[in-house]
Amino acid sequence: MAEEKFDVVVVGAGPAGSVAARFAAENGASVLMLEREREPGIPVRCAEGVSHAGIAPFIEIDKRWIASTINVARLFSPNGEHAYMYNNGTGYVLERRLFDAALCEIACKKGAELRLRADAIDLVWENDQICGVKYRHRGEIKTVYCDIVIGADGVESRVGRWAGMKTAVMLEDIDTCYQYTLTNIDLQGDSVDFYFGNQISPGGYIWVFPKSQNTANVGIGISGHLAKNNPPKKLLDEFIGKHFPNAKKTYEVCGGVPTANTLKEIFRDRIMLVGDAARQVNPVTGGGIVQGMIAGSIAGKVAADAVKEKRFDKKFLKKYKKEWDKRLGHLQNLHYALKNKFFQLTDEKFNNIVEICKSIPPEKFTLKELFSSAVKGDPKLVAEIAKAFVVSKFK
Amino acid sequence: MKINMRKCDICGTCVAVCPVDAIYVSEYEVTIDNDKCISCLNCLIVCPAQAITEEE
Repeated sequence: MAEEKFDVVVVGAGPAGSVAARFAAENGASVLMLEREREPGIPVRCAEGVSHAGIAPFIEIDKRWIASTINVARLFSPNGEHAYMYNNGTGYVLERRLFDAALCEIACKKGAELRLRADAIDLVWENDQICGVKYRHRGEIKTVYCDIVIGADGVESRVGRWAGMKTAVMLEDIDTCYQYTLTNIDLQGDSVDFYFGNQISPGGYIWVFPKSQNTANVGIGISGHLAKNNPPKKLLDEFIGKHFPNAKKTYEVCGGVPTANTLKEIFRDRIMLVGDAARQVNPVTGGGIVQGMIAGSIAGKVAADAVKEKRFDKKFLKKYKKEWDKRLGHLQNLHYALKNKFFQLTDEKFNNIVEICKSIPPEKFTLKELFSSAVKGDPKLVAEIAKAFVVSKFK
Repeated sequence: MKINMRKCDICGTCVAVCPVDAIYVSEYEVTIDNDKCISCLNCLIVCPAQAITEEE
Protein backbone atom coordinates (compact mmCIF):
# COMPACT_ATOMS: atom_id res chain seq x y z
CA MET A 1 0.00 0.00 0.00
CA ALA A 2 1.21 3.49 -0.84
CA GLU A 3 2.26 5.69 2.05
CA GLU A 4 -0.56 7.78 3.39
CA LYS A 5 0.09 11.45 4.02
CA PHE A 6 -2.16 14.22 5.34
CA ASP A 7 -1.31 17.75 6.41
CA VAL A 8 -2.92 17.22 9.80
CA VAL A 9 -3.80 14.10 11.80
CA VAL A 10 -6.25 14.56 14.68
CA VAL A 11 -6.24 11.80 17.29
CA GLY A 12 -9.75 11.50 18.76
CA ALA A 13 -13.10 12.54 17.30
CA GLY A 14 -14.79 13.99 20.39
CA PRO A 15 -15.93 17.62 20.43
CA ALA A 16 -12.38 19.03 20.62
CA GLY A 17 -11.04 16.76 17.87
CA SER A 18 -13.97 17.18 15.50
CA VAL A 19 -13.94 20.96 15.81
CA ALA A 20 -10.16 21.02 15.32
CA ALA A 21 -10.50 18.83 12.22
CA ARG A 22 -13.25 21.01 10.84
CA PHE A 23 -11.36 24.27 11.28
CA ALA A 24 -8.21 22.79 9.78
CA ALA A 25 -10.15 21.37 6.82
CA GLU A 26 -12.24 24.43 6.09
CA ASN A 27 -9.08 26.52 6.06
CA GLY A 28 -7.51 24.36 3.41
CA ALA A 29 -5.59 21.58 5.16
CA SER A 30 -6.00 17.89 4.37
CA VAL A 31 -7.10 16.22 7.61
CA LEU A 32 -7.47 12.70 8.94
CA MET A 33 -9.26 11.96 12.22
CA LEU A 34 -8.37 8.74 14.00
CA GLU A 35 -11.12 7.48 16.30
CA ARG A 36 -10.58 4.47 18.52
CA GLU A 37 -14.23 3.50 18.81
CA ARG A 38 -16.66 2.36 16.13
CA GLU A 39 -18.36 5.75 16.10
CA PRO A 40 -17.68 9.18 17.59
CA GLY A 41 -19.30 9.98 20.93
CA ILE A 42 -19.22 6.59 22.60
CA PRO A 43 -19.06 5.56 25.32
CA VAL A 44 -20.70 8.64 26.82
CA ARG A 45 -18.77 9.59 29.95
CA CYS A 46 -20.42 12.91 30.61
CA ALA A 47 -23.20 14.64 32.53
CA GLU A 48 -24.14 16.17 29.15
CA GLY A 49 -24.91 19.73 30.31
CA VAL A 50 -23.92 22.72 28.16
CA SER A 51 -24.97 26.33 27.79
CA HIS A 52 -26.67 27.54 24.64
CA ALA A 53 -24.21 30.42 24.43
CA GLY A 54 -21.29 28.00 24.59
CA ILE A 55 -22.23 25.71 21.73
CA ALA A 56 -24.19 28.08 19.45
CA PRO A 57 -21.07 29.50 17.73
CA PHE A 58 -20.13 26.00 16.58
CA ILE A 59 -23.31 24.28 15.52
CA GLU A 60 -26.89 24.98 14.60
CA ILE A 61 -29.11 23.82 17.47
CA ASP A 62 -30.90 20.62 16.44
CA LYS A 63 -33.52 18.96 18.62
CA ARG A 64 -32.22 15.57 17.57
CA TRP A 65 -29.39 15.89 20.09
CA ILE A 66 -31.15 17.88 22.79
CA ALA A 67 -32.74 15.85 25.57
CA SER A 68 -34.02 18.79 27.59
CA THR A 69 -33.85 22.55 27.85
CA ILE A 70 -32.73 24.05 31.16
CA ASN A 71 -33.85 27.38 32.59
CA VAL A 72 -32.86 27.18 36.21
CA ALA A 73 -30.25 25.67 38.48
CA ARG A 74 -30.82 24.66 42.07
CA LEU A 75 -28.08 24.64 44.67
CA PHE A 76 -28.62 22.23 47.54
CA SER A 77 -26.82 22.78 50.81
CA PRO A 78 -25.73 19.94 53.11
CA ASN A 79 -28.75 20.56 55.37
CA GLY A 80 -31.11 19.90 52.45
CA GLU A 81 -32.23 23.46 51.77
CA HIS A 82 -32.04 24.77 48.24
CA ALA A 83 -31.86 28.04 46.37
CA TYR A 84 -32.83 28.80 42.80
CA MET A 85 -30.42 30.37 40.35
CA TYR A 86 -32.04 32.06 37.37
CA ASN A 87 -30.47 34.44 34.87
CA ASN A 88 -27.89 31.96 33.69
CA GLY A 89 -29.13 31.84 30.13
CA THR A 90 -30.60 28.78 28.47
CA GLY A 91 -28.85 25.48 28.89
CA TYR A 92 -29.30 22.02 27.45
CA VAL A 93 -28.83 18.45 28.52
CA LEU A 94 -27.49 16.80 25.40
CA GLU A 95 -27.58 13.40 23.84
CA ARG A 96 -23.80 13.35 23.61
CA ARG A 97 -23.68 10.38 21.27
CA LEU A 98 -25.72 12.27 18.67
CA PHE A 99 -24.12 15.63 19.42
CA ASP A 100 -20.61 14.27 18.90
CA ALA A 101 -21.73 12.61 15.68
CA ALA A 102 -23.20 15.90 14.45
CA LEU A 103 -19.94 17.75 15.15
CA CYS A 104 -17.99 15.04 13.39
CA GLU A 105 -20.33 15.21 10.40
CA ILE A 106 -19.56 18.91 10.02
CA ALA A 107 -15.83 18.13 9.97
CA CYS A 108 -16.43 15.47 7.33
CA LYS A 109 -18.55 17.83 5.23
CA LYS A 110 -15.69 20.33 5.31
CA GLY A 111 -13.43 17.68 3.85
CA ALA A 112 -11.85 15.90 6.83
CA GLU A 113 -11.49 12.13 6.63
CA LEU A 114 -12.59 9.92 9.51
CA ARG A 115 -11.10 6.53 10.28
CA LEU A 116 -12.95 4.45 12.86
CA ARG A 117 -11.65 1.59 15.00
CA ALA A 118 -8.30 3.34 14.56
CA ASP A 119 -6.41 3.28 17.86
CA ALA A 120 -3.32 5.53 17.90
CA ILE A 121 -0.42 3.69 19.52
CA ASP A 122 2.60 5.94 18.95
CA LEU A 123 4.05 8.88 17.10
CA VAL A 124 6.34 8.38 14.13
CA TRP A 125 9.64 10.26 14.22
CA GLU A 126 12.22 11.16 11.57
CA ASN A 127 15.39 13.10 12.40
CA ASP A 128 13.97 13.78 15.88
CA GLN A 129 10.87 15.31 14.39
CA ILE A 130 7.29 14.12 14.62
CA CYS A 131 6.24 13.06 11.14
CA GLY A 132 3.20 10.85 11.65
CA VAL A 133 1.09 8.58 13.81
CA LYS A 134 1.19 4.83 14.17
CA TYR A 135 -2.19 3.24 14.81
CA ARG A 136 -3.88 -0.11 15.11
CA HIS A 137 -6.71 -0.52 12.66
CA ARG A 138 -8.78 -3.66 12.86
CA GLY A 139 -5.83 -5.70 13.98
CA GLU A 140 -3.24 -4.23 11.61
CA ILE A 141 -0.51 -1.75 12.56
CA LYS A 142 -0.54 1.16 10.12
CA THR A 143 1.31 4.44 9.72
CA VAL A 144 -0.02 7.75 8.51
CA TYR A 145 2.40 10.61 7.82
CA CYS A 146 1.61 14.23 8.54
CA ASP A 147 3.10 17.64 9.27
CA ILE A 148 1.02 18.34 12.37
CA VAL A 149 -0.53 16.07 14.98
CA ILE A 150 -3.41 17.34 17.09
CA GLY A 151 -3.90 15.25 20.23
CA ALA A 152 -7.59 15.28 21.17
CA ASP A 153 -7.46 11.93 22.89
CA GLY A 154 -9.27 12.81 26.09
CA VAL A 155 -8.53 12.43 29.76
CA GLU A 156 -6.53 9.26 29.07
CA SER A 157 -4.37 11.14 26.54
CA ARG A 158 -1.10 9.55 25.60
CA VAL A 159 -0.28 11.58 22.48
CA GLY A 160 1.33 14.32 24.58
CA ARG A 161 3.33 11.79 26.57
CA TRP A 162 4.72 10.27 23.38
CA ALA A 163 5.92 13.75 22.42
CA GLY A 164 7.64 14.11 25.80
CA MET A 165 5.14 16.52 27.32
CA LYS A 166 4.21 16.28 30.99
CA THR A 167 0.50 15.51 31.02
CA ALA A 168 0.11 13.62 34.33
CA VAL A 169 -2.20 15.32 36.82
CA MET A 170 -2.01 15.21 40.60
CA LEU A 171 -4.68 13.37 42.58
CA GLU A 172 -5.95 16.75 43.81
CA ASP A 173 -6.48 17.78 40.21
CA ILE A 174 -8.77 15.04 38.99
CA ASP A 175 -12.29 14.13 40.04
CA THR A 176 -13.15 10.47 40.09
CA CYS A 177 -16.74 10.17 38.92
CA TYR A 178 -19.61 7.74 38.78
CA GLN A 179 -22.89 8.30 36.98
CA TYR A 180 -26.18 6.57 36.31
CA THR A 181 -28.96 7.48 33.97
CA LEU A 182 -32.02 6.97 36.14
CA THR A 183 -35.60 6.47 35.11
CA ASN A 184 -38.82 6.19 37.12
CA ILE A 185 -38.03 9.39 38.97
CA ASP A 186 -40.11 12.53 39.34
CA LEU A 187 -38.55 15.78 38.16
CA GLN A 188 -39.42 19.32 37.29
CA GLY A 189 -37.53 18.74 34.07
CA ASP A 190 -36.08 22.18 33.42
CA SER A 191 -33.78 22.45 36.44
CA VAL A 192 -30.25 21.20 36.90
CA ASP A 193 -29.51 20.41 40.52
CA PHE A 194 -26.20 20.54 42.38
CA TYR A 195 -25.72 19.00 45.83
CA PHE A 196 -22.79 20.14 47.93
CA GLY A 197 -21.37 18.95 51.21
CA ASN A 198 -18.43 17.19 52.73
CA GLN A 199 -20.46 14.10 53.59
CA ILE A 200 -22.34 14.09 50.28
CA SER A 201 -19.47 14.51 47.85
CA PRO A 202 -16.09 15.51 49.34
CA GLY A 203 -14.15 17.88 47.12
CA GLY A 204 -16.83 17.82 44.43
CA TYR A 205 -20.60 17.67 44.03
CA ILE A 206 -23.51 15.49 43.00
CA TRP A 207 -25.43 16.52 39.91
CA VAL A 208 -28.95 15.73 38.71
CA PHE A 209 -29.29 16.71 35.05
CA PRO A 210 -32.74 15.86 33.67
CA LYS A 211 -33.12 14.26 30.27
CA SER A 212 -36.93 14.28 30.57
CA GLN A 213 -39.57 14.63 33.29
CA ASN A 214 -38.69 11.21 34.61
CA THR A 215 -35.12 10.47 33.53
CA ALA A 216 -31.85 12.12 34.52
CA ASN A 217 -28.10 11.77 34.56
CA VAL A 218 -27.31 11.51 38.25
CA GLY A 219 -23.64 11.49 39.06
CA ILE A 220 -20.93 12.26 41.56
CA GLY A 221 -17.42 13.64 41.43
CA ILE A 222 -14.96 13.14 44.30
CA SER A 223 -11.60 14.85 44.33
CA GLY A 224 -8.96 12.17 43.63
CA HIS A 225 -7.02 12.68 46.84
CA LEU A 226 -10.19 12.05 48.88
CA ALA A 227 -11.40 9.07 46.85
CA LYS A 228 -9.65 6.40 48.86
CA ASN A 229 -11.98 6.79 51.84
CA ASN A 230 -14.96 8.01 49.82
CA PRO A 231 -15.61 5.65 46.91
CA PRO A 232 -17.83 7.58 44.45
CA LYS A 233 -20.14 4.68 43.68
CA LYS A 234 -20.88 4.06 47.36
CA LEU A 235 -21.70 7.71 48.04
CA LEU A 236 -23.81 7.98 44.90
CA ASP A 237 -25.76 4.84 45.76
CA GLU A 238 -26.47 6.26 49.22
CA PHE A 239 -27.68 9.51 47.68
CA ILE A 240 -29.97 7.74 45.24
CA GLY A 241 -31.37 5.48 47.93
CA LYS A 242 -32.32 8.57 49.88
CA HIS A 243 -33.54 10.87 47.09
CA PHE A 244 -34.80 8.50 44.39
CA PRO A 245 -35.73 5.25 46.14
CA ASN A 246 -37.88 4.04 43.23
CA ALA A 247 -35.36 4.81 40.51
CA LYS A 248 -34.28 2.25 37.95
CA LYS A 249 -30.84 2.47 36.35
CA THR A 250 -30.67 2.42 32.56
CA TYR A 251 -27.03 3.41 32.13
CA GLU A 252 -24.00 3.14 34.37
CA VAL A 253 -20.63 4.67 33.65
CA CYS A 254 -17.56 5.98 35.41
CA GLY A 255 -14.65 8.20 34.52
CA GLY A 256 -12.25 10.95 35.46
CA VAL A 257 -12.60 14.69 35.01
CA PRO A 258 -9.44 16.80 35.12
CA THR A 259 -9.87 19.75 37.47
CA ALA A 260 -6.36 21.03 36.86
CA ASN A 261 -5.08 24.14 35.20
CA THR A 262 -4.36 23.95 31.48
CA LEU A 263 -1.11 22.03 30.98
CA LYS A 264 1.98 24.23 30.98
CA GLU A 265 2.90 22.84 27.61
CA ILE A 266 0.14 22.34 25.05
CA PHE A 267 2.23 22.54 21.89
CA ARG A 268 5.65 21.61 20.62
CA ASP A 269 7.18 21.39 17.18
CA ARG A 270 4.56 19.77 14.93
CA ILE A 271 2.10 18.94 17.74
CA MET A 272 -0.77 20.53 19.69
CA LEU A 273 -3.02 19.13 22.44
CA VAL A 274 -6.68 20.15 22.81
CA GLY A 275 -9.59 19.47 25.18
CA ASP A 276 -9.34 17.06 28.11
CA ALA A 277 -5.95 15.97 26.75
CA ALA A 278 -4.66 19.50 27.44
CA ARG A 279 -6.68 19.62 30.70
CA GLN A 280 -8.77 22.45 29.27
CA VAL A 281 -11.65 21.91 31.68
CA ASN A 282 -13.34 24.31 34.07
CA PRO A 283 -11.83 23.19 37.39
CA VAL A 284 -14.80 24.39 39.45
CA THR A 285 -17.62 22.86 37.43
CA GLY A 286 -15.76 20.08 35.63
CA GLY A 287 -17.32 21.17 32.34
CA GLY A 288 -15.14 20.67 29.28
CA ILE A 289 -17.26 20.42 26.14
CA VAL A 290 -17.23 24.07 25.16
CA GLN A 291 -13.63 24.54 26.33
CA GLY A 292 -12.58 21.69 24.08
CA MET A 293 -14.50 23.10 21.13
CA ILE A 294 -12.95 26.54 21.55
CA ALA A 295 -9.45 25.07 21.87
CA GLY A 296 -10.13 22.85 18.86
CA SER A 297 -11.23 25.78 16.74
CA ILE A 298 -8.07 27.71 17.59
CA ALA A 299 -5.73 24.77 17.07
CA GLY A 300 -7.42 23.75 13.81
CA LYS A 301 -7.09 27.24 12.37
CA VAL A 302 -3.46 27.55 13.49
CA ALA A 303 -2.71 24.15 11.94
CA ALA A 304 -4.21 25.25 8.61
CA ASP A 305 -2.21 28.49 8.72
CA ALA A 306 0.91 26.47 9.46
CA VAL A 307 0.24 24.32 6.41
CA LYS A 308 -0.16 27.40 4.22
CA GLU A 309 3.07 28.91 5.54
CA LYS A 310 4.87 25.57 5.71
CA ARG A 311 5.85 26.47 9.27
CA PHE A 312 5.41 23.59 11.70
CA ASP A 313 7.80 24.69 14.42
CA LYS A 314 6.74 25.63 17.93
CA LYS A 315 7.46 29.29 17.28
CA PHE A 316 4.63 29.28 14.78
CA LEU A 317 2.30 27.04 16.78
CA LYS A 318 2.73 29.34 19.78
CA LYS A 319 -0.20 31.28 18.28
CA TYR A 320 -2.44 28.51 19.55
CA LYS A 321 -1.48 28.95 23.18
CA LYS A 322 -1.51 32.72 22.92
CA GLU A 323 -5.06 32.69 21.61
CA TRP A 324 -6.17 30.06 24.14
CA ASP A 325 -4.79 32.12 27.03
CA LYS A 326 -6.65 35.12 25.72
CA ARG A 327 -9.97 33.31 25.21
CA LEU A 328 -10.22 30.99 28.22
CA GLY A 329 -6.77 30.26 29.65
CA HIS A 330 -6.82 33.24 32.00
CA LEU A 331 -10.28 32.36 33.22
CA GLN A 332 -9.24 28.76 33.85
CA ASN A 333 -6.27 30.05 35.80
CA LEU A 334 -8.64 31.95 38.06
CA HIS A 335 -11.05 29.04 38.39
CA TYR A 336 -8.20 26.75 39.31
CA ALA A 337 -7.16 29.06 42.13
CA LEU A 338 -10.75 29.22 43.32
CA LYS A 339 -11.43 25.52 43.09
CA ASN A 340 -9.46 24.42 46.11
CA LYS A 341 -10.85 27.13 48.31
CA PHE A 342 -14.42 26.52 47.20
CA PHE A 343 -14.35 22.81 47.86
CA GLN A 344 -12.73 23.36 51.23
CA LEU A 345 -15.71 25.30 52.52
CA THR A 346 -17.27 23.76 55.61
CA ASP A 347 -20.81 22.42 55.53
CA GLU A 348 -21.85 25.38 57.70
CA LYS A 349 -20.57 27.75 55.05
CA PHE A 350 -22.44 25.91 52.29
CA ASN A 351 -25.60 26.06 54.40
CA ASN A 352 -25.08 29.73 55.02
CA ILE A 353 -24.62 30.50 51.32
CA VAL A 354 -27.79 28.71 50.31
CA GLU A 355 -29.74 30.32 53.16
CA ILE A 356 -28.82 33.78 51.92
CA CYS A 357 -29.58 32.83 48.31
CA LYS A 358 -33.06 31.74 49.37
CA SER A 359 -33.89 35.07 50.94
CA ILE A 360 -33.43 36.99 47.70
CA PRO A 361 -36.33 37.27 45.24
CA PRO A 362 -35.47 35.49 41.98
CA GLU A 363 -35.72 38.62 39.86
CA LYS A 364 -33.11 40.31 42.03
CA PHE A 365 -30.89 37.32 42.03
CA THR A 366 -27.33 38.25 41.32
CA LEU A 367 -24.94 35.65 42.50
CA LYS A 368 -22.12 38.05 42.94
CA GLU A 369 -23.99 39.92 45.66
CA LEU A 370 -25.28 36.81 47.30
CA PHE A 371 -22.07 34.96 47.53
CA SER A 372 -20.25 38.07 48.60
CA SER A 373 -22.54 38.57 51.53
CA ALA A 374 -22.67 34.86 52.25
CA VAL A 375 -19.04 34.49 53.09
CA LYS A 376 -17.75 37.53 54.82
CA GLY A 377 -14.17 36.49 55.28
CA ASP A 378 -13.34 36.42 51.60
CA PRO A 379 -16.08 38.15 49.61
CA LYS A 380 -13.93 38.75 46.57
CA LEU A 381 -13.14 35.08 46.21
CA VAL A 382 -16.73 33.99 46.58
CA ALA A 383 -17.91 36.60 44.10
CA GLU A 384 -15.48 35.16 41.60
CA ILE A 385 -16.76 31.66 42.26
CA ALA A 386 -20.29 32.89 41.75
CA LYS A 387 -19.30 34.40 38.44
CA ALA A 388 -17.65 31.13 37.48
CA PHE A 389 -20.93 29.30 37.98
CA VAL A 390 -22.92 31.91 36.10
CA VAL A 391 -20.58 32.20 33.15
CA SER A 392 -19.63 28.61 32.73
CA LYS A 393 -21.89 26.44 34.78
CA PHE A 394 -22.54 24.18 31.87
CA LYS A 395 -19.28 24.38 30.00
CA MET B 1 -0.31 -3.31 40.11
CA LYS B 2 -3.04 -5.47 38.72
CA ILE B 3 -6.19 -4.55 36.82
CA ASN B 4 -9.29 -6.69 37.03
CA MET B 5 -10.74 -6.27 33.53
CA ARG B 6 -14.06 -7.66 34.69
CA LYS B 7 -14.45 -4.58 36.86
CA CYS B 8 -12.62 -2.06 34.64
CA ASP B 9 -14.76 0.40 32.65
CA ILE B 10 -11.81 1.43 30.39
CA CYS B 11 -12.33 5.07 31.37
CA GLY B 12 -8.64 5.98 31.41
CA THR B 13 -8.67 7.90 34.69
CA CYS B 14 -5.69 5.82 35.80
CA VAL B 15 -3.69 6.89 32.74
CA ALA B 16 -4.14 10.58 33.60
CA VAL B 17 -2.62 10.22 37.07
CA CYS B 18 0.24 7.86 36.20
CA PRO B 19 3.48 9.82 36.70
CA VAL B 20 5.63 7.37 34.75
CA ASP B 21 3.51 6.55 31.70
CA ALA B 22 3.16 2.91 32.67
CA ILE B 23 -0.52 2.47 31.76
CA TYR B 24 -1.90 1.79 28.30
CA VAL B 25 -5.52 1.95 27.29
CA SER B 26 -7.07 0.59 24.11
CA GLU B 27 -10.61 0.14 22.90
CA TYR B 28 -11.04 -3.05 24.86
CA GLU B 29 -8.46 -3.18 27.66
CA VAL B 30 -6.13 -1.40 30.02
CA THR B 31 -2.68 -2.73 30.80
CA ILE B 32 -0.05 -1.74 33.35
CA ASP B 33 3.63 -2.14 32.59
CA ASN B 34 4.95 -3.34 35.93
CA ASP B 35 8.56 -2.77 34.86
CA LYS B 36 7.84 0.94 34.58
CA CYS B 37 5.43 1.11 37.54
CA ILE B 38 6.78 2.77 40.70
CA SER B 39 3.85 1.62 42.90
CA CYS B 40 2.74 5.16 43.75
CA LEU B 41 -0.85 3.83 43.98
CA ASN B 42 -2.31 6.89 42.21
CA CYS B 43 -4.20 4.66 39.79
CA LEU B 44 -5.57 2.44 42.55
CA ILE B 45 -6.80 5.46 44.51
CA VAL B 46 -8.62 7.22 41.66
CA CYS B 47 -10.07 4.21 39.86
CA PRO B 48 -13.83 4.86 40.04
CA ALA B 49 -14.54 1.20 39.29
CA GLN B 50 -12.15 0.00 42.02
CA ALA B 51 -10.66 -2.37 39.50
CA ILE B 52 -7.00 -1.97 40.49
CA THR B 53 -5.25 -3.85 43.26
CA GLU B 54 -1.69 -4.15 44.50
CA GLU B 55 -0.11 -7.32 43.30
CA GLU B 56 1.12 -9.66 46.01
